[in-house]
Amino acid sequence: MSLRILDKGMLAPLVNALTADYQVVGPQAKGPKFAFGPIIDPAQLRLDYNTTILPPKKVLQPPQERLATFTRQGEPHVEPVIETGPTVLLGVHTCDLHAIQLLDKVFSQDYPDAHYLERRRQTIIVSLECLEPCDEHSFCKSMGTLSAGEGYDLHLTDLGPAYAVDVATEKGEQLLSRYGTANEATDTDIRRLNEVLSAKWPRFTYRLNFDAAELPALLSTAYDHPLWDELGERCFACGSCTNVCPTCYCFNIFDEVNMALIEGERYRRWDSCQLDEFARVAGGENFRQARSARQRHRFMRKGKYIYEKFGELGCVGCGRCIRTCVANISIVDGFNAIHGSA
Amino acid sequence: MTTSIYTPEMVRLANVEQMTAVEKLFTIELPDGCNLGHDPGQFVMVSVLGIGEAPISITSSPSRSNGTFELCVRRVGDVTNALHAMLPGDMVGIRGPFGHGFPIKKMHGKDVLFAPGGLGLAPLRSLINQVLDERGSFERVIILYGAKRLNELLFRDELDEWVARHDVECHITVDRGDETWDGHVGVITTLFPEVSINPRNTVAVTCGPPIMYRFVLMELLGKGIPETQIYLSLERRMKCGVGKCGHCQINNLYCCQDGPVFTYAQIKGVEEAL
Repeated sequence: MSLRILDKGMLAPLVNALTADYQVVGPQAKGPKFAFGPIIDPAQLRLDYNTTILPPKKVLQPPQERLATFTRQGEPHVEPVIETGPTVLLGVHTCDLHAIQLLDKVFSQDYPDAHYLERRRQTIIVSLECLEPCDEHSFCKSMGTLSAGEGYDLHLTDLGPAYAVDVATEKGEQLLSRYGTANEATDTDIRRLNEVLSAKWPRFTYRLNFDAAELPALLSTAYDHPLWDELGERCFACGSCTNVCPTCYCFNIFDEVNMALIEGERYRRWDSCQLDEFARVAGGENFRQARSARQRHRFMRKGKYIYEKFGELGCVGCGRCIRTCVANISIVDGFNAIHGSA
Repeated sequence: MTTSIYTPEMVRLANVEQMTAVEKLFTIELPDGCNLGHDPGQFVMVSVLGIGEAPISITSSPSRSNGTFELCVRRVGDVTNALHAMLPGDMVGIRGPFGHGFPIKKMHGKDVLFAPGGLGLAPLRSLINQVLDERGSFERVIILYGAKRLNELLFRDELDEWVARHDVECHITVDRGDETWDGHVGVITTLFPEVSINPRNTVAVTCGPPIMYRFVLMELLGKGIPETQIYLSLERRMKCGVGKCGHCQINNLYCCQDGPVFTYAQIKGVEEAL
């Protein structure tokens, strides 16, 4: 819609004003790392973060959420619950922005999921251009997620003393005009922005040895690849890789009841295809028993199955699964190994 | 008003009948005499509030709905054990029906061969009774039913009816019989020599434990029945029933939405299917 300039000194007042009307969530320090969390004081906000432990997915699809309340007494009754409120999600990197766009498809296709979609509807996304690589693990450039043309309401690019703000939606426009002070960008600002944007690309490296668009076809020939057994030997089946993945959305649904066994709640919680019981039926049969088969399933989902269902790759190259894996399993090395042996 | 695809509708158990030591037949009444509107082969998510939810195939035929539907449930996990403790008049939650059932119209004018094993009769019974209620639309109706033991045979009354009918070729076997059983003894595949099959004009429908599929498929393919005319109903863990939770995925297929009924042609190259 338009390009504005927000002086960095005006960021704190903006965030402060937002906290009055919105739950504001943004990156903040967590020990030596960073995590998305509620911003009470603008000083908590760390837009200089590299990556977060969990992706901002957790704001839109919380690790655990209530789906319904119920009573078992008298006429048993179930009441749906949608846990949401006006939220501003600040500082989303473009890899995670791509992931959110995929989740939007997942939860709106076929059977719309009101819990996710209502939360999404009430969330204003202020994303942030990455100018430096997070660390050696990210491979966003290979996955085409180092920039984003859509999926945000406002998009910030650090120009030094100020942020360039790409105002993409009416919601973003209103947020900026109501809570902040930002000027129209001048020709000089636009030139500066273009310089910053073109200067960033050489700082990032391609880590995939081939074009990511080849992944679905490549994986369709790799079902019996020896890599799966090798990964199966190393994998501890802890589920960390899927927990930190911005595009993993699989979940479990379970009930909790009070001590009197009368009132209760139905929840959904993140689940992981890496856990032993994920594909086990009540009769005992486990349709994905071997860890090798579970790792294969993860790779296939990221590089093939999700693409076939939603038209986009299930990996955005954020590198979180690589960072978190205690067995040093790397999806990008895995993809490269398959490509190298093809 | 808040609505959610995960909110079950509370419905009443009209009748509960003990079928075997571990299986009960639940008749569920829908409000205002509504019909479920299901296809044979579809399933519902059944909730016992406070315990959880499980996918259960619908065993009654749409042609016999009358404001009710039936579920044949084996007591095997948390939800099904809780369900077995319930009595007529109790309320359960229902979501669905979900998934793709059997394409009955494609079976018109064909010989229909049913090969259920054990509890696999439950989903197939829905189609069997629909076919029998529209008997004139089909050529031969062949039912080859196998169970491990005599006391595990389901729907005994209906089995007797099917055996007695002249327009149904129904053969029943048990892996192990006793002195009261003068019928066939042996695994389900030993029934195949009992019937002649015209493979081009036969549609085969099978459901049973995973190990059974391999042997039944060998028989069906060995008879020359085309892969596109062999239907299977697959069981998977499911949490949502609507293609999101990920539990039922069979490689790239979602059992809950792409299935649970698949043709053999659809799944033959899909390694996680069988």
